[in-house]
Amino acid sequence: MTGIILLAIYVALFVGSMLAVGLAMRGREQHDFTALKTVTFGDESAVRPNRVASIISVVVIFLLWAAFTGSSLSPLHVPGPFLGETRFTYTAENPAGETDDAEVALVVHEQGAAAEAPEIAEGDGFALNDAAQIVAYRTELLRVTGNDGEGAQVVAVNGQPIEAGGTVAIEGGSVGLSPRGSLTVTPDRGLQMEPIWLPSPERVWDALTTIAVEGYQNVPLLEHLGFSLFRVLVGFLLGSLVGIPLGYAMGLSGWFRGWFDPIVEFMRPVPPLALIPLVIIWFGIWESGKIVLLFLAALWIMAISARSGVSGVSITKVHAAYSLGASKWQILRHVIIPNSLPEIFTGARVAMGVCWGTVVAAELVAAQKGAGMMIIAASKFQRTDIVIMGIILIGLIGFGIDILMRKAENWLVPWKGRG
Amino acid sequence: MPPSRPGATAAGLDLDAHDLMGEDRMNGLSIEGVSMRFDLPAGGHVQALQDVSLELADGELLSVLGPSGCGKTTLLNIVAGFLAPTDGRIVLHGNRVTGPSAERGMVFQQGALFEWMSVRANVEFGPRMKGMPAKERRDSADHLLDITGLGAFKEKAIYELSGGMQQRVALARCLANDPDVILMDEPLGALDALTREKMQGLVLKLWKETGKTIILITHSVEEALLLGERLLVMAPRPGRIHREYRLPFAEAGVNQDLRQVKKMPDFAIKREEILSMIWEMEEEIMGRTENA
Repeated sequence: MTGIILLAIYVALFVGSMLAVGLAMRGREQHDFTALKTVTFGDESAVRPNRVASIISVVVIFLLWAAFTGSSLSPLHVPGPFLGETRFTYTAENPAGETDDAEVALVVHEQGAAAEAPEIAEGDGFALNDAAQIVAYRTELLRVTGNDGEGAQVVAVNGQPIEAGGTVAIEGGSVGLSPRGSLTVTPDRGLQMEPIWLPSPERVWDALTTIAVEGYQNVPLLEHLGFSLFRVLVGFLLGSLVGIPLGYAMGLSGWFRGWFDPIVEFMRPVPPLALIPLVIIWFGIWESGKIVLLFLAALWIMAISARSGVSGVSITKVHAAYSLGASKWQILRHVIIPNSLPEIFTGARVAMGVCWGTVVAAELVAAQKGAGMMIIAASKFQRTDIVIMGIILIGLIGFGIDILMRKAENWLVPWKGRG
Repeated sequence: MPPSRPGATAAGLDLDAHDLMGEDRMNGLSIEGVSMRFDLPAGGHVQALQDVSLELADGELLSVLGPSGCGKTTLLNIVAGFLAPTDGRIVLHGNRVTGPSAERGMVFQQGALFEWMSVRANVEFGPRMKGMPAKERRDSADHLLDITGLGAFKEKAIYELSGGMQQRVALARCLANDPDVILMDEPLGALDALTREKMQGLVLKLWKETGKTIILITHSVEEALLLGERLLVMAPRPGRIHREYRLPFAEAGVNQDLRQVKKMPDFAIKREEILSMIWEMEEEIMGRTENA
């Protein structure tokens, strides 16, 4: 139910902000060349990302997150769980056939908050009043007839007759009658997410600030992240160190190509995650195992990108270099390597992404330190706030790696795509 | 019409290297009975060239013309040393050609420049490979870039230049290496008409000033007439020499307005003659394909 409402609100915000921004921007369109194109549908170069949409998109995610978790970041919230005091009356019937009304006072409180059952006088008649406290999102089984004398049974709630298995709505929740005569009180849950499923943004922020200061499981946060990055860098560098020369050899020699083609083509589609069990058996669960895994994850990608980098060298350039008197080594150094750099950078970006994903997965399986270890350990303690914090950090680092690789690419191979 | 072979020598195909020591043969470039025949993967074979022979003296400017498939690019690649002929050989200054070398520079249609290097670094490439000192090769590169009208673009990246300027770089790069022979494979084919005319003037000027032997392959009859002291018309299937001309236009065009050269009475006549010659060959090919 919450999911459908969430999706509906999201779609409504998407369409609504598109219309609103469209209206607001009317008359303020850009007047550059692209704006004058009449054919934009199908002309990819004419599709420019609307940065306003990007900003709204991110804001909407946080607003929805806040609205569905009761966070103070959002001014509006979907209805939360019922909190506070409520009362209902029930009618008990004793074996003698007499009936009597009694009142039940309840207080629903947030988990972790101290609360005591409200005080209520015993009342008159054989059915005595009861009181209880209930944690939000939980249900409570109340044996209200326990103090009403031998054999008393509930026959009505708030004046409405009730049978075993039936329920009656009360203020702030509902009351059901179990087959054995107890009342099941279910406070209203509202539409908000329970913190154990989705903590509010400020809880995640709190988790981050706490862990940034105190560390997690006696290891500082930066050490967790640093260990993951260190594994990725070492694995990637080793993979490149072997993979790039291997790719060049495959691009330059028929024997190398023939020898390694079956190996590379077989290993390429094997997901690195599938190698984790074997790598653990062979190299154990500590650093060497993880680095071997990341080495294997980067190796084939780098070999293939170096190979296709070599085959992408135009024969005209090679011929030109030979007729300018270059030797084989000079051609490798001055023509083939620079010409294959754009391809190698593309491969390196892919490899870094794969390695980052693989290291987190490997740390989920076994590690003492690392981003993946942090979130799997937190999930075992149901610390969803730490899990989400970890996922966000992992995403940000992966994104940061990709941006750095792109910057390096623009800086080192400015001729990419301009051959 | 039987193929005429004015430049052909009587040299046999089994001529040994020491036979080449005769003084008359130490000069220039000779193409001796070159044939090129290769098998097709689907079976059958292609006779790309058949018994092509030609003598080229030092400093001669030869343009090669012919319908597509006449083997002119194959011939150029053999002279450059990128392909080995199945028969015959290429001899330059008494040495048999067995592979590419700096003595035979090449200018390609396009895409042969190194876009990871600046304009100057491209021109310096050949001397740098030979190990010429930095100062020396920089001076020679600067000089050539000035001659080719690129003085203001020395530090630019290749991809920042127009197609015409890129071909100027290619010419300068080739000249920087001081080759004996310059092989040009449709160097101006991708340029627009105006740029092309300017570049034709530049080629003539550089030819005269440097005294290089040049072989230029082209699709354009006009260009072949303008840039050919000698003009070779090749015929297809199998690729062979069809006709050879000696022409006055290249000499006349040096440092002159090429449009005036084109107005010379002989020019139009020769152009018509060669055009109809090639037209007939094309017709023949088309007819053959239709009948096949």
